[in-house]
Amino acid sequence: MSHFSMIEARPLPGKKSRSISWRSREGRSVIYQIVAILSALALVALLVRNTLTNMRLRGIQSGYDFLFQPFGFDISETVIEYAHNSSYFVAFAIGMLNTLKVAVIGIVLATVLGVLVGVGRFSANFLVRKICYAYVEFFRNVPVYLQLLIWYLVFTEMLPDLDQAWQAGHFFLSKNGVSFPWPVWQLGQTLALIGVVLGLVFAMVYRRMARAHFDRTGHTRPVWAVSLAVTLALAVLGWLVGGAPNEWDLPKKGDFQIEDGGAFSPEFMALLCGLVFYTASFIAEVVRSGIASVSLGQHEASASLGLSKSQSMRLVVLPQALRVIIPPLTSQYLNLTKNSSLAVAIGYPELVSIANTTLNQTGRAIEALSIVMLVYLTLSLLTSALMNWFNASAAIQER
Amino acid sequence: MTTVFKSTEARPMPGRSTGPVAWLRANLFSSLGNSLMSLALLAVCLWALVSSLDWAVLQAVFGSNLQACNDARGAGACWGVISEKGRLIVMGRYPEIEHWRPVIATALMLGVVVISCMPRFWNKALPLIWAVMLAVYFVLMKGGFFGLTEVDTDQWGGLPLTVMLTVISMTLAFPLAIFVALGRRSNMPAIRTLCTLYVELVRGVPLITVLFMASFMLPLFMPEGVKIDVLVRVVVGITLFSGAYMAEVIRGGLQALPKGQTEAAATLGLSYWQTQRMIVLPQALATVVPSIMNTFIGLFKDTSLVTIVSLYELTGALGLALNSDADWRPFKIEAYLFITFIYFAFCFAMSRYSLWIEERTAVSKVR
Repeated sequence: MSHFSMIEARPLPGKKSRSISWRSREGRSVIYQIVAILSALALVALLVRNTLTNMRLRGIQSGYDFLFQPFGFDISETVIEYAHNSSYFVAFAIGMLNTLKVAVIGIVLATVLGVLVGVGRFSANFLVRKICYAYVEFFRNVPVYLQLLIWYLVFTEMLPDLDQAWQAGHFFLSKNGVSFPWPVWQLGQTLALIGVVLGLVFAMVYRRMARAHFDRTGHTRPVWAVSLAVTLALAVLGWLVGGAPNEWDLPKKGDFQIEDGGAFSPEFMALLCGLVFYTASFIAEVVRSGIASVSLGQHEASASLGLSKSQSMRLVVLPQALRVIIPPLTSQYLNLTKNSSLAVAIGYPELVSIANTTLNQTGRAIEALSIVMLVYLTLSLLTSALMNWFNASAAIQER
Repeated sequence: MTTVFKSTEARPMPGRSTGPVAWLRANLFSSLGNSLMSLALLAVCLWALVSSLDWAVLQAVFGSNLQACNDARGAGACWGVISEKGRLIVMGRYPEIEHWRPVIATALMLGVVVISCMPRFWNKALPLIWAVMLAVYFVLMKGGFFGLTEVDTDQWGGLPLTVMLTVISMTLAFPLAIFVALGRRSNMPAIRTLCTLYVELVRGVPLITVLFMASFMLPLFMPEGVKIDVLVRVVVGITLFSGAYMAEVIRGGLQALPKGQTEAAATLGLSYWQTQRMIVLPQALATVVPSIMNTFIGLFKDTSLVTIVSLYELTGALGLALNSDADWRPFKIEAYLFITFIYFAFCFAMSRYSLWIEERTAVSKVR
């Protein structure tokens, strides 16, 4: 009879050596990191030292005190009040608002055009398909800066002079830009706007309730129709309560310019057209690849349920494609915003253009550029955060 | 009782599904709405075709005849501006008698880029070919050797400058991007943070601000007395910019690689750098070749911005050629169309290549 004895347990592994040595992987990684950080710090220190020496030698002043001195230049387009003796600070604020103005309008228009073209590439109609393809290939393969210059040429030289401005109703188009009627802002408009906001809040609540109702009973409720009706009704109500103002600020042809009304300058129009047509070609590709990523089975399944082609696109394909579309779409929005900086070449007073004037006027290159970079970085981070939030709401819901 | 069986009538032959009529029916006139849309689009296309043909060919002036051009203004294009100014637009400020030098140098550079794009040339001799090409390129462009007159870099311009900025910045950005991409995936927090900071800071700002920085701030950063050529500064700026974008592309390729590959390399006893060099990078880079091409195309287009910091590449040379000459300035749109065509031809060729390589890699994935 043999006697089995248990094998002795292995000894507890020794405590990992915490000493930093070249022999262990951890030790090396600590050393690498220390070296990396030190060299980064040394580089920064060297640059700062060089810069300070150079600035002292060349007699360049530094500091942000210039922000409170008068800007001293006319700004052709201002969203907020600007007087001739307003400070650099106000000028920068105007530049930033102008950037935001073109970016927001541009993003909306580019998204609409891009989605139309992207969906158009799946059209059953041969001509629609090919025209969308040609559009994408052409606008994607020419530098946006060149397109901007061409649009600028179109808006400043090829359109008719003021006295022969193209006119359609109360809309004018000429070398002086685009003019359009704009309501005279009164209490009624404000209340109508409040009505719209309330309507949108109602729509969100109602949609949630309808979804809960659907989950409980399986009956759908007309979400869109009801939301639209309530929003419109609230807007009209606000307008009526505010005294139903119906005064319009109509543009009129004057001797030197189109007076009154709302107006977009040729610079703004050139920038907007350039950015929208360029970015839309990229958005179209993003949308196309998103739709192509939805498996054929989904198309077939929705067809066998009897959905029409547009219904299956709207209800089945696009919601799934959205997951693929949103991240690259975010990059396109950021690109559009950043590309608006090219306006410095055509004289639209956005942020970089103001900074450029500042730089030439005061010589404070570091300060002016640091403000620009800070603003763009903030904008980028905000847009990303917003789109990430939207992305999370579109992401696949898994158990 | 007998039952008489009668066969049912044969079904009618299905309509033709091939041939021009069937094609038209399926692709253009499948429904009433579709037919109306097709007709409207056809009309618009025809109108656009006829009027652009009329403007660009029938009514156009082709010789460099200013009088004829001015007469045709408004009705037809004046392509004479290209025969008159084309050389200036394509070559920029480079001295006219030396134009053969940038032509040969650029052709050489493009040739090497083209063979680098062909998988059959991807071997150990390629880096050597690049080194030789770059040496010959700079000798030809800059001169000062072999009896060639010296041409300062501020005289370089036009298409050669566009090509050079793209190719050089890309070549420099590539290794930088590889290291940054590896750094972002490293498990050393400090290095990861530094790389992430670099990428996010650069991608968050427009290229113009980077170029402004290169042209106004880099001189301040340099030690006292050191002066750097503006061309070099701009190349540094563009390299840092495109390096950040390319690092993200390469990071995507690294992420797509299954973990088993590095684990297998570890069991073979390969060190970190051996693993990256022989196992990880070849596979990761091959999967992202199309995206790298996209970065390349983007870079080629973005070089047009160096005009803003006063370097006269293709777009800048055009402004230089026409703004100084009041006679020909009215025909700017024709000149713009001309360089639009050049940019389009280059970018379209590159995007076709990218598609081709994508199909090729797709073939290699089929088992």
